[in-house]
Parts: sequence; C-alpha cells; structure tokens
Amino acid sequence: MTRTEEGAGAFASAPAASPGRLGQGGALTRRQRYERRQLVRSVLTAAISTLVFAVLLVALVTRLETWPRVRETFFDGGVFGDSFMPILKAFWLDVRIFLVCAPCILVLGLLVSLARSTRSPVLFPVRALATLYVDFTRGVPVILWIYLIGFGVVGLVNTRSFFGGYLFWGGVALVWTYSAYVSEVFRAGIESVHESQRAAARSLGLSATLTNRHVVLPQAVRRVVPPLMNDFVSLQKDVALISLLGPVEALRRADIIQDRTFNFTPFVVAALLFISVSIPLTRLADHLLAKERRRMSGTAVR
Amino acid sequence: MSALLEYRSVRKSFGEKVVLDGIDLSVRRGEVISLIGASGSGKSTLLRCTNLLEPIDDGEIVFDGVDISEPGLPPDPVRRRVGMVFQSFNLFPHMTVLENVTLAPRKVLKRPKGEATERAMTMLTRFGLAEKANDYPDRCSGGQQQRVAIVRALQMDPEVMLLDEITSALDPELVGEVLEVVRGLRAQGMTMLLATHEMGFAREISDQVCFLKDGRIHEQGPPERIFTMPSEPETRDFLARVIASGRM
Ligand SMILES: Nc1ncnc2c1ncn2[C@@H]1O[C@H](COP(=O)(O)OP(=O)(O)OP(=O)(O)O)[C@@H](O)[C@H]1O
Ligand SMILES: [Mg+2]
Repeated sequence: MTRTEEGAGAFASAPAASPGRLGQGGALTRRQRYERRQLVRSVLTAAISTLVFAVLLVALVTRLETWPRVRETFFDGGVFGDSFMPILKAFWLDVRIFLVCAPCILVLGLLVSLARSTRSPVLFPVRALATLYVDFTRGVPVILWIYLIGFGVVGLVNTRSFFGGYLFWGGVALVWTYSAYVSEVFRAGIESVHESQRAAARSLGLSATLTNRHVVLPQAVRRVVPPLMNDFVSLQKDVALISLLGPVEALRRADIIQDRTFNFTPFVVAALLFISVSIPLTRLADHLLAKERRRMSGTAVR
Repeated sequence: MSALLEYRSVRKSFGEKVVLDGIDLSVRRGEVISLIGASGSGKSTLLRCTNLLEPIDDGEIVFDGVDISEPGLPPDPVRRRVGMVFQSFNLFPHMTVLENVTLAPRKVLKRPKGEATERAMTMLTRFGLAEKANDYPDRCSGGQQQRVAIVRALQMDPEVMLLDEITSALDPELVGEVLEVVRGLRAQGMTMLLATHEMGFAREISDQVCFLKDGRIHEQGPPERIFTMPSEPETRDFLARVIASGRM
C-alpha cells in the first residue's frame, strides 16, 4: 500500500471531517448536526457580545464632555462631504505612484539579491557595491532619503521636464529605499532553499545559472510572497511621504483643505482612503502566508 | 577490460577530520559495486566526490581515461555522464513529475520538448509511474518519489549511476519497489556504485562489496565471500552488529 492510499484510508473512516458536506442519502451525519449546532451557537454569541460592547462604547464616548468638540474637529459631516471627492482624486495619484514603483522595486530588489549571491571573483565589485547599497540604504530613515533625493537631486537637474520634477525624484527615492528592503527578503528566500536542491540540480549537469533560474529562484519567490506583501503594505502608506516634496496627493490635499477650514476631518478622510487599500492588502498577505504554511506542513499526509 | 572509473589514493578531509584516507578502487563497465560500512565511514562523501559535488584533496579519480579530479576542471560535462540518486530523493517540489525528469534533458542536452517528453513518458510507463506524470512530488509516495528520482537521473543517459542509500528514507514496505528498479538496471548492464545499509540486497546485486572503515576500503571482495567468510575481524564485527540490529 502506498503512503497516499494510507492517507486516504485514514480519512475515509471519518467522512464527516469536512463540515457542510452531506452524508449519504442527503441526511446530515451525527457529527455534521453537532457542528452545525455549534456554528449557530458561536455566531449568535459573537453577535450579541459585539452589540453589547458597541452600545457601551458609544454610550461612554458620547457622554464625554469633549465629545461634541471631538466630533466637530474630526468627524464634521459637511467638511467630510465637501472634501471627499477632492481627496479621493488626489488619492488616485498615490495609487498610480504605488503601481509604478512596486514593479520597479520588485525587479531592482531581485537584481540586487542576485548580485549579492554571485560567487565569481570577477563580479566581486558588483557584490561589494550591492552590499554597500543595501547596508547604507537600510541604515537611513526613508524620510531622509526622500529629502536627499527629492530635494537634493532635483536641485541638480532641469526641473522643467517630468524627469526633473519632484514627483519623479520622489518616486526614485521610494524605489531606491524599498528595493534595499525587498532585496533582503529575496535573499532570505534564496537562502531558504535547501542545499540539497542545488546538489540535485547540479548533479544532473545543470550549470549554476540554470540551477538558479529553474530550481532555486522559483522556489524562493514562492516562499517570499507573504513577507513581500508586508513590505508593499508599508510602501502603499509611505507613498504619502512624497507629499513632503510638493506633489498634491491625498495627504497634501487634505492638508490644504485643513488649512482653509481649520478642521481635521480631511485627514480622517485621507486616513480612511489609505485604510481602504491597506487592510485588504494585509488580509491578502495573511491569507497567502496561511496558504504557504498549509502547503509546507501538509506535504506529509495528503 | 580497462576500468570505467578508477580511484587512486583519494584523500578528503573536512577541516581536521579525515573522511577519505587513500581510497583505491576500480570499477569496470557494467560492474555493480556496493559500499558498506558504519555511519560516517565516508560512503556518501566518496559518491559526492565522484560527481564533483565535493572536491578531493589529493589523489585522482579517473573517469573514462580522464582525471576528473583535476582542480578547475568544468564539472558539468562530467556530471552529465554520471547520474546520482540521493537518500532524500531531492525532487524539485515546484515541478510536476514530468517536468522534474525532463528539465535536464531539455536545458542541458537541448532535447526538443516533444522528444524529451516522449522519452520520459516511455520510461515513466516502464516504471509504473505514467499516471503520476502530471502530479507534484508531494502527491507521490516515498517509493514513487525515489523511482522518479532514478528516472530523472537516467534521462541523461549516464554511463554510471551513483546511488546513495536510496532506500534509507523509505517505509519498509516501499523498499521493494525501488530495489526492483535497481535490479532492472543491473540486468541492462548499467554500471553502478551504491552505498547501502541493505546487506541482503548488496549481497544479491553486487559483483564486488567494499567495506569502508576510517576512510579506507578495509576489505573488498565478491559478496559471497565478504558476507560468509570475511577475512578481517573489523568486517566480521560490523556484519555481526548489522545482523544483531535485524537489518540482514
Ligand atoms: N559538508 C561536510 N562538512 C563537514 N563534515 C562533513 C561534511 N559531509 C560529511 N562530513 C563528515 O564526514 C564523515 C563522513 O560522512 P559521510 O556522509 O560520507 O558518511 P556515510 O558513510 O555516508 O554515513 P551514513 O551511513 O550515515 O550516510 C562524517 O563524519 C560526516 O560528519
Ligand atoms: Mg551517507
């Protein structure tokens, strides 16, 4: 009997292990009835407890003496309605910056990690440069790079063309910093591929390059998708740092409206917009991580 | 008949630890040689050195008249002609069985995809693995995985196969199907060098058995003699311990 058949046999004796699937003849098995009762019970409990909790919280907060002023300052309905569209439009710039920077970061990060994992003595300068780049870049706060590259370099070039503008150099600063972080993620992935995989590929006569391309990198990349997602959640928020240079993206637009209205609701609007992207991204990262975990631990049984 | 593979005073250390301390061995074409010996006696190291996965420190390994232990010699042309199968299978987990066995023929030998697939399917079918061709390795039993690993090495048409304890990671009931494949290879005249703890199998399949101890071939001879009347007391001790542990 093969291992797979054994695994199948073990599950066959407990057909109700997957809840929701009907037993033979359409009737629920005993276990399924039990699980369904449990499900209803826990959903009800959670709903009631949440409701009680929310009511208490609202009662408490609205009773605070400062609540009317807090509401006026941060949650002004009128300002919310007026500022939402302009900020949303400005947020579209954040999204576009993100969509352009993210692929550049992936490519540059991968190239840097590959440069660092070369072994040939001819490539020593490349390796050294890549290491220096990563160490220096990661040792300096992102915001400082934005200033250095955004203001510093822009001062050196013709600012009238797009490639001389703050927007372009702000993007360059983001790509520059994030590629260093991402290259370390890739490097960890490459190193996590077991040496025996390389040995197996080399023993078949594959060169170092072919081994990297067909055996090591595909496995490394799969493994680093979840941690990469975390870096991109951060990037999505750090895009707002470009506003320091002047381009009117969501944060900048909110700032402008706040200056005019003396009300902080525009910042809340901007925050909500960032959240509307980062929470789904985070959940996706969690989901991918869980999937990867299941895949790695689920190999023995199945 | 001249030797296909010849080891001359091969030495190898890991740091202070001497693992191979002057190995002399000659393997003729079509010959099957088993390496036996206690854990840590250097069986795997000898096989890995043969496939140039490890460099040797001194001595020579001559393959088909060429000294392949020459430092700086490009290893890939040698590895194409020397197949290796590992204890832990080492299949590529992100590729299907078919992709695993056609990767090297396609990328190294530049065999067209159609031809590589056809040749692979022929051999997979012969080994009872045809219906597994499009599955990923983690969907295969240990025995199936190891047979796939053997097919993967054979697809390069190697002139010698190095088998490193290929049944040690298998459940006892799966060992037979893998050994059966090795028997088939022998019947076809494949030259093989195998490290093994399966004494019964070593006795059945080998032309010569080498007992390794302290980095040397302590005793060598035909299996009938080594297993029934070894001349060295250390060999006797080793076999007695193996028998006591129920592995023979
Ligand atoms: N890469 C390495 N670095 C350092 N020491 C090593 C390395 N590979 C093997 N050794 C040592 O060399 C010795 C021989 O190892 P080897 O794997 O060749 O033994 P073996 O006969 O195959 O043993 P087993 O039956 O357990 O597989 C052992 O003491 C081992 O610890
Ligand atoms: Mg070994």
